[in-house]
Amino acid sequence: MNELASDLVLSVEDLRTHFETEGGTVRSVDGVSFTVRRGETLAVVGESGSGKSVTSLSVMGLIPTPPGRIVGGRVLFRGKQGDVVELTAMDDRAMRSIRGNDISMVFQEPMTSLNPVFTVGDQIAEAIRLHRGKTRAESKALAADMLDRVGIADPGKRVEEFPHQLSGGMRQRAMIAMALSCSPTVLIADEPTTALDVTIQAQILDLMRTLQRESAERMSIVFITHDLGVVADMADRVVVMYGGRIVEEGTAVDIFKSPRHPYTIGLLNSIPRSVRQDRDADADPGVIVDYRLEAIPGNVPNPMNLPPGCAFEPRCGHAVAQCGQAVPALTEIAGGHHSRCIRWAAL
Amino acid sequence: MNADAGAQAPSAAPLVEVRRLAKYFPVRGGLLRRTVGHVKAVDDISFALAPGEVVGLVGESGSGKTTVGRTMLRLTEPTRGEVRFGGADITNLARPELRDYRRRMQIIFQDPYASLDPRMRVQDTIGEALEIHGLAEGGAMHDRIAELLRRVGLEPEHMRRYPHEFSGGQRQRIGIARALAVDPEFVVADEPVSALDVSIQAQVMNLLRDLQDDLDLTMLFIAHDLSVVEYVSNRVIVMYLGRIMETAPAAELYRNPRHPYTEALLSAAPVPDPTVRRERIILEGDIPSPINPPSGCVFRTRCRYATADCASVVPELRPVGPDHAKACIRDDIL
Repeated sequence: MNELASDLVLSVEDLRTHFETEGGTVRSVDGVSFTVRRGETLAVVGESGSGKSVTSLSVMGLIPTPPGRIVGGRVLFRGKQGDVVELTAMDDRAMRSIRGNDISMVFQEPMTSLNPVFTVGDQIAEAIRLHRGKTRAESKALAADMLDRVGIADPGKRVEEFPHQLSGGMRQRAMIAMALSCSPTVLIADEPTTALDVTIQAQILDLMRTLQRESAERMSIVFITHDLGVVADMADRVVVMYGGRIVEEGTAVDIFKSPRHPYTIGLLNSIPRSVRQDRDADADPGVIVDYRLEAIPGNVPNPMNLPPGCAFEPRCGHAVAQCGQAVPALTEIAGGHHSRCIRWAAL
Repeated sequence: MNADAGAQAPSAAPLVEVRRLAKYFPVRGGLLRRTVGHVKAVDDISFALAPGEVVGLVGESGSGKTTVGRTMLRLTEPTRGEVRFGGADITNLARPELRDYRRRMQIIFQDPYASLDPRMRVQDTIGEALEIHGLAEGGAMHDRIAELLRRVGLEPEHMRRYPHEFSGGQRQRIGIARALAVDPEFVVADEPVSALDVSIQAQVMNLLRDLQDDLDLTMLFIAHDLSVVEYVSNRVIVMYLGRIMETAPAAELYRNPRHPYTEALLSAAPVPDPTVRRERIILEGDIPSPINPPSGCVFRTRCRYATADCASVVPELRPVGPDHAKACIRDDIL
């Protein structure tokens, strides 16, 4: 029985996605659960190998099989008609009718996700024709409308252009236009601004916020990123991943203001904070800032060879003997704030 | 006032200096591959680094920041202008005379995967530089490599391994050890942490800060990330489309930006604090092509303060405070 609380649009339940390689099984995603409410932005944060991208590809049914395979868990989704479906049980054909229609995705590098031999307009129009049953001419007109909505100047001309004729920022806008052309319930954005300059990133983040606010369907966004600045900017709630598992989950304020997992704390301490306001006005402005970053020691774990207990234990300053023995449970600390650390109360 | 004087380092005689530096790359097109235009990567910039000073060079893509660093090391030949090191003009030095300068100036690259030869053991990568400059051999070389590896936070045993056996952060440490092997006075660090995971970035930034302090290195730290630059620099230079927009002591630049581009850049950088809601300046449009930069001020096409005059005059870098200069004709803003 597929049940989903009425305010939820997506529920990932104990998802396990593994990859078979010559060196053994890589447990890229190993028991991940989270939900997405209608209209909210959930950020999934992690470094390389954390499993954040494999999680989103699993939800979209885009795991290359072989070598990858969803070996456990399920993903429930509420479609536009309000019907709840199990994405992980669908065949390719059923999934194709959902992808790009009910759930859309925006990737880091738009050049690799746009087809170089078709015009931008054709690619957006194709999605509209496929999912919304419009004619060729109607689709083309709607494509131009979408380009206009994402802030591309002269959309009538741009629909006839090929991806290489657009700048990086404009390509990402076109990608977002395509993703939103069928008014999806959920938009999954995987590092959508990582390849962009900071002034262009600000434009794209602003655009995503505006489109979300304006969407009649109260679109939800799952924002996958490694950039904590972007998370603070965009997210209502945050999931922090490490070694294929969620290590902390909470509201953006929980995560940034009272983090309760040593990895989250370490990540926050790793980013230089601006001290422009705190500096003594009389001090020599050319002196290097006097605080020191508390870097997390060691390396990001190899997903092929995770420690038996807490994946963060080898790098953790709070670790005790017990941490290396079993994977700690994700424990609720306060309403909606969870930590996968047995010592959370001592942090 | 002329452009030469714009962004001088304060007090002490500079160790490294560029004067009216320009680098144009030809753009070829058509059947005969004729030169049909130029990418004006760097256009008429002057600045200097005092001994032991860390200058952060910030800019977005196409700003020319990487070209500046490469030109200072003479890895790229300038189209115009002068590169000076230790008071001497090294712009036109030929290979043999350049050799000693090559030892005194080193570079740390962005991508620790692309910058190490995958077929060379760590000891050969580091030893190569020592050998070329005749600095050590045999047992002394072995000891020197071991010491360098310890210095960058690796183990002497690592010298027998190949690059693929290391993580990204460890490879960047090897790249740093290689640069420091020859006891340079000046180091260009070109986006040294931007390819690394967040938790590893802090390790490498701390390492660079410690090494700079211990060895009294003069450093040009090139990055697009303003907060990274703020953490390591004494002074910051902001570039846009091949030109310097503003320069100031680090704390002054971040606290009191005087150029509209610096203001927008600082405002665009997301702050890791969800309770901070700032009025954000969103710059319109894209960065123009450096092949055909706007006339007058190169930033004017995206500047919310631009006036008609901005299109006709190339603004000179002029002082607006102690060690603080901006290339903007307007005094009534910021």
